[in-house]
Amino acid sequence: MAINVGTAELNIVVDDQRVRVAAGTTVAAALFNLGIAAFRRSVSGEPRGPVCGMGVCFECRVMIDSRPHQRACLIAVTDGMNIRTASQA
Amino acid sequence: MMTPLAGTDVTLIVADVAVIGAGPAGIAAAVRAAESGLRVVVLDRGLHSGGQIWRHAGGGSIPRVAQHWIAQLARSGAIVIHGTSVVDVQNDGAEFAILADTSGSALRVRANTIVLATGARELFIPFNGWTLPGVMGIGGTQALLKSGASFAGKRVIIAGSGPLMLPVAASLATAGARLVLVAEQAPRSAVTRFAAGLWRAPALVAQAARYRARFLATPYSTGTWVTAAQGSERLESVTVTNGRRTWREAADVLCTGYGLVPNVELARLLGCETRDGAIVVDEQQRTSVANVLAVGEATGIGGAPLSLVEGEIAGLSVSPRSRVSGAFLRKRAALEVAARRMLDAFALREELRALPTTATIVCRCEDVSYGAVRNAACARQAKLYTRAGMGPCQGRTCMPGLEFLLAWQPDTVRPPVEPALVSVLSSEIADNATPSILFNSSVGEAYQ
Repeated sequence: MAINVGTAELNIVVDDQRVRVAAGTTVAAALFNLGIAAFRRSVSGEPRGPVCGMGVCFECRVMIDSRPHQRACLIAVTDGMNIRTASQA
Repeated sequence: MMTPLAGTDVTLIVADVAVIGAGPAGIAAAVRAAESGLRVVVLDRGLHSGGQIWRHAGGGSIPRVAQHWIAQLARSGAIVIHGTSVVDVQNDGAEFAILADTSGSALRVRANTIVLATGARELFIPFNGWTLPGVMGIGGTQALLKSGASFAGKRVIIAGSGPLMLPVAASLATAGARLVLVAEQAPRSAVTRFAAGLWRAPALVAQAARYRARFLATPYSTGTWVTAAQGSERLESVTVTNGRRTWREAADVLCTGYGLVPNVELARLLGCETRDGAIVVDEQQRTSVANVLAVGEATGIGGAPLSLVEGEIAGLSVSPRSRVSGAFLRKRAALEVAARRMLDAFALREELRALPTTATIVCRCEDVSYGAVRNAACARQAKLYTRAGMGPCQGRTCMPGLEFLLAWQPDTVRPPVEPALVSVLSSEIADNATPSILFNSSVGEAYQ
């Protein structure tokens, strides 16, 4: 079933905050729209966010529903999804 | 927290043809092969068929030609599986065994023929600050936009090279971004010569003009490139130069990229010959390895129309009852000439080799600096001594740039070609196992 971006909203949890995001977006787009810059921290602690947008660079990795290292650009947001980023680390 | 080991959770598909990648080339190959009655399975990393060029957020607007092909694929009888990363392919001479990771579960595919339609990724050249959040690929920004990201009010600079910059600039302007600058590194003379050479293709000229009309308020500067980006937790400003003058622009987003690099990792894992970074194919799109074909950008950057023709040729050439007509071959030849002209026009300037400094991070996965790798004799040595290229992306992001900067040759490819759970890598299936997905339409639809 086709979902058009912007026609519906979902409830998700991002870094322990309940937020509403547009249905039909990827996790990366939803986090970008929430103003989150640091999706993850690099091995030396630098903030990192999306680069390639298509699952190649692994820079947009976040924890989704307790599964670490999920590529935010390859996964669609779903209702009740719990996401942890590095924006407050 | 670990995902529970899914030892027995293995899906098996037995097919005649496995197509890897569902962009234009993969779709066309799958459609033509399935139409001839072959059992075709398509494995794709994305959420929807269409690849990067036809990316759409489920039901979003895509060109008519894309709708046509995606609809044909859905009707073709091919099984299409999205959200799937191929991690290994083995060739025992009679059959190929593919291992893929679909959302943490193992998928095994046995097929007699493989069509590699693995597409391309962007070429990045590292510079100070390119690791800051807000610095993204040009295509990467387009992907994020098409996935539902809002750029309204964001100050955006696009700096890199190639014709991809025009549609992305147009999309961003239409989406309400404050487009500050579009900087093409190629000199004005090269871009003008390329545009003049397009007189044979008035549709392309008209399309370029339409894109430009959508961001007329923004300068399109040739012979101009970015040398550094600044910010603390995110991008704040960008340093730009045209070789005579260097200045700084405030920005929220910097889109950068210097053209495209064919994705040849699976081809090289299978032992297919590559040349100048692209898979070598014959007139029937056959690689140097028997029963492995390759189509689209992975065989050389040429755009969606060329990818479609190559996909159709491959799909017909693997079909026992079909024949590739001369018209297809002539169309491919003409499109290849146009592609060659484009690559020549947007050749990279020497100054870009001086972009990274000793402290610039080149390998983003392992945070390895340019100073740590620049004296290595080859990619292999850099990997062994510094871990550059050994992280989750397996060098896909840094190595093409380092090959440009240091004239390295690509290192060998080993499985797994992408990170995967141990439960996926260790999943086993008996030789006489019954396929868990069969070729009938209802099961096929369930996996769309």
